[in-house]
Amino acid sequence: MADIANVHGGVPHPEGETRRDFLVLAGTALGAVAAAAAVWPLISSMNPAADTLAAGGPVDVDLSKLAPGQQIVVMWRGAPIFVVNRTPEALALLQKADLVEKLRDPDSQVHQQPPYADNWHRSADPQFAVLVGICTHLGCVPNFLPKPNPTSPSADWPGGYFCPCHGSKYDLAGRVYKGVPAPYNLPVPPYNFTSKTTLRIGENPTGVAFELSSVQQM
Amino acid sequence: MATTNSGDRPQNRIVQWIDYRLPVFTFLNHELRDYPTPRNLSYLWNFGSLAGIVLVMMIVTGIFLAMNYTPNEALAFESVERIMRDVNYGWLIRYVHMNGASMFFIVVYIHIFRGLYYGSYKAPREILWMLGVVILLLMMATAFMGYVLPWGQMSFWGATVITNLFSAIPIVGPKIVTWLWGGFSVGNPTLNRFFSLHYLLPFVIVGVVVLHLVALHQHGSNNPLGIDKKGKQDSIPFHPYYTIKDSLGLAVFLLPYAFLVFFYPNFFGEPDNYIPANPLATPAEIVPEWYFLPFYAILRSTPDLLFIPSKLAGVLLMFGSIAVLFVLPWLDTSPVRSGRFRPVFKWFYVSLIIDAFLLGYVGKHKPDATLFGIALPTIGWLGTLWYFGYFLVILPLLGFFEKPLKLPNSISEAVLKKGTGVAPGAA
Repeated sequence: MADIANVHGGVPHPEGETRRDFLVLAGTALGAVAAAAAVWPLISSMNPAADTLAAGGPVDVDLSKLAPGQQIVVMWRGAPIFVVNRTPEALALLQKADLVEKLRDPDSQVHQQPPYADNWHRSADPQFAVLVGICTHLGCVPNFLPKPNPTSPSADWPGGYFCPCHGSKYDLAGRVYKGVPAPYNLPVPPYNFTSKTTLRIGENPTGVAFELSSVQQM
Repeated sequence: MATTNSGDRPQNRIVQWIDYRLPVFTFLNHELRDYPTPRNLSYLWNFGSLAGIVLVMMIVTGIFLAMNYTPNEALAFESVERIMRDVNYGWLIRYVHMNGASMFFIVVYIHIFRGLYYGSYKAPREILWMLGVVILLLMMATAFMGYVLPWGQMSFWGATVITNLFSAIPIVGPKIVTWLWGGFSVGNPTLNRFFSLHYLLPFVIVGVVVLHLVALHQHGSNNPLGIDKKGKQDSIPFHPYYTIKDSLGLAVFLLPYAFLVFFYPNFFGEPDNYIPANPLATPAEIVPEWYFLPFYAILRSTPDLLFIPSKLAGVLLMFGSIAVLFVLPWLDTSPVRSGRFRPVFKWFYVSLIIDAFLLGYVGKHKPDATLFGIALPTIGWLGTLWYFGYFLVILPLLGFFEKPLKLPNSISEAVLKKGTGVAPGAA
């Protein structure tokens, strides 16, 4: 079998390495690069396609028909976006000390909103709340229960959002209560007002860079 | 690393532990490394492993295509266009898959014709051969159903024509066709079931390929001389000799494949298939994919045979052209495997290849055309007769009338004699 004994050999280098070792190494490395290049398009094809990305562009909402105290839900990137026209009473409630002390993060310390919503009303315009309607616990859509109620969904309900899945509570600025399963305030998407009555969801005001994907938790 | 048979005992402790309980490493060592392979295999023996690699490529690209494809008559065409335009690298994955079908058939046809020349179907490899014919049939069914999925004009009318073949069967034919369609014509139920089966069958093919390999490794590969291995000196271990040879073959194979994908992705395709399916307008000319052309020629060229109408006769002969391969091991009566030592067989074999191309030509062109002034259906019918004559008349008779050349004593002897003084074994 002399003919096959030499197959891994070549002429040995003084340090025991052969030209064949180099060829095997170089060949394997190139093979690995080729395999990675072949796998890349396959993995990449699972990312959002061009039309999916295009469908994730900004959405315009007409606010002129939104009565005070009313909420509408808009779909943006497959998620429900709550748009609320808050009454002066509701805004006053958001600032009351006995509500604020029940909240986990009343001052929006956690990054769940763009800089222009980094305030007590968590919005660019105090009148209009714009929130991603996905509970930060396990992704359910919280119910809009704006009116105060002595018993339902819990005692002394001041008005806000109540998640039917596991009982998480938020106020009308999407701020989460203490002692509920949800850990963070409802996220705020990027938006701006293109006119007095037109809300554009998915686009920041000029000069601000904010991506919804940058928040602590959707 | 040891260079010759290193025994079945792996070196690594963890590998040893696993192997003692689940002998995968022993198995791989035995079947892919030490596996004794004839030392004289030519490049024609690359096409089996190539076919296996293409099968894997087809399955992988197919799975990713299915992630974006919608098997619904209203959405299928659009979803394919979306793959081409919007999905990241969707065009690449689809073109690799689409041209992969053609490349797969090229490889498999070469593989089959290699077997036909070197008598690879003869004892003790009859079942190995028959399993291969099963794989061919499954491939044809899979390719046909895959071609329907983009739901273009050719998809739709190809599906209509091929499924209608079964209406030629007496009495139950029309019922079978309705059953195949799941309706009164090719429609949404047909598309749905074709997608389901197109996804299933490749895995069935994998299963039969495993059996094909089990049968292969039982007696080992045939070789260009067609004589059995007589001892250690006739074989070399599969690794590294044939792993490296198969790798080189793969690299060479990928060049034209990539050339097609990147420069002429629709070379084998029909422009009409980029028109959405329209049940109210048949394209001017319906042509199957190139790999079905010879069979299509047999189907179209067969005339009325005695009491059998030409439609049924064509269907029977078309399926018969594959069925005859199943019994080929018993039709060829010559004890000599390799065509190298069969001076008369050689020329008939060449005539079979010419016949296959001729039938392909007939299948490609309109039936009212002519070749050398002869009507194509006439040529097609003569080609059909020649095809069956080769298997049913010539091969059985040749075994009795042909005087084969003298066979070499052994593979190693023939290999060493061929060398010009620097035979590898002399080192």
